[in-house]
Amino acid sequence: MPITVRPSTIAWVAALAAALAAAGASAQKSAADGIAEYRAMLADGNPAELFEAKGEDLWKQKRGPKKASLERCDLGLGPGVVKGAWVQLPRWFADTGRVQDLESRLLTCMDTLQGFAPDQIIKTPFGQGEQVTMEALSAWISAESRGLRMALPQAHPEEKRMYQMGQKAFFYRGGPMDFACSTCHGQAYKRIRLQDLPDLRGNPGDGVGFAAWPAYRVSSGEMWSMQRRLNDCFRQQRFPYPGYTSDVTIALSVYMGVNAKGAEAIAPALKR
Amino acid sequence: MTRFHKISLGAVAAAVLAGCAALPAGSALDSSFLAMLKGSFRSEGIATVDRLDQDAGQQACSTGQPPSETVAKQVEAQALATIKPPSDGQYLGDWREGEKLAQNGRGMTWTDKSSAPSANGANCYNCHQITKAEISFGTIGPSLYQYGKLRGVSDPKDPAAAAMVQYTWGKINNAWAYNACSNMPRFGHKQLLDEQQIKHVMALLLDPKSPVNVQ
Repeated sequence: MPITVRPSTIAWVAALAAALAAAGASAQKSAADGIAEYRAMLADGNPAELFEAKGEDLWKQKRGPKKASLERCDLGLGPGVVKGAWVQLPRWFADTGRVQDLESRLLTCMDTLQGFAPDQIIKTPFGQGEQVTMEALSAWISAESRGLRMALPQAHPEEKRMYQMGQKAFFYRGGPMDFACSTCHGQAYKRIRLQDLPDLRGNPGDGVGFAAWPAYRVSSGEMWSMQRRLNDCFRQQRFPYPGYTSDVTIALSVYMGVNAKGAEAIAPALKR
Repeated sequence: MTRFHKISLGAVAAAVLAGCAALPAGSALDSSFLAMLKGSFRSEGIATVDRLDQDAGQQACSTGQPPSETVAKQVEAQALATIKPPSDGQYLGDWREGEKLAQNGRGMTWTDKSSAPSANGANCYNCHQITKAEISFGTIGPSLYQYGKLRGVSDPKDPAAAAMVQYTWGKINNAWAYNACSNMPRFGHKQLLDEQQIKHVMALLLDPKSPVNVQ
């Protein structure tokens, strides 16, 4: 999806780059500030809006072998209720008897309502086939909760158990570099290179961490859902490949989402 | 595995289990957690599922809290035992190669073709400040700017510098020898970097001519 960038923006970014190169070590603080300003400029016209529009269409369109729309899909607040649904996911669902995140629940609905095969979508690489549908639906459904506060339920025993599983996963050191989620996200006020890292052991604040994905990534021109974000986290952790909507990904989402209780949702957000 | 190693691993495992005994339903939760983990991942490229198997040290470092002093000492002692001096007695390589390695964060992921150390970077700038010129540095680890200079290493070959040189060598090879559960990868012990690459990183930090110490 091409981004339209005004010539004045290109000139501004070039000037910023030149200024940074000249300033050397003393520019360390302003480099992060400069990047924040760059993001603010781009936020005027977040390309995620295009995915939101597409997602709304896909929700209403009759698709799949059953030629049905997703308008009866229950995301936790009743069939077809989308507003406010995203800030209470993942949660337990009685019909499937499992705790499910947004993408897992969409697979359930695309299966039962439209006749799609979840296994096929699970095997499809990101950015291809029905994974493109998942990105767009995630963008629109999260947008319908924008400005609301994270409010994942923890009433059901399975929701509590998944929180504990997610907590264990978060601190699990493994792989050749001994990384866990906590290696990067287990302290406050740290960064990798110039990328600030939220402390995900608790509430990282409004519009940060779990409340900020799905997000449009400017550097790759891609809309990333939370499943894709977790996938790339595990890749960078040098772990093996997490299954799409596998239990560990849902457990981690429960952990992060419950920790973020009360934080303002800004998804789909804009990222570097 | 030598008998000595078997005994010390057993001691670490016993210490870990002793700590867990106080938690209700600890082992039931642990086994259902491990089952969930095994069911959630698959091998992809060089990133195979055996990477989920923890060594005793990783296990002790996965609670979300620092390990007890006893366990920490055991983890550190085990780690120290893995460190070997360079095969030719030369600790320093070329700082220019060290800087290239420090800038390179590649390697060991499922999109990397080979797990040979020659395919890997040292990843240093992701977590550390190193030279003055590089402003894109992380803060997960302490600043290494002026590393050798601040530690009074004006000649790395001087016997007076030996302790600091050996400590630095040890730290890069197996950081857990000095800080159990360190966030720093165990570059030598886990074969992320080979001896020559580690010598280049040593030079970046300790060569008096390196920009780390000159600027």
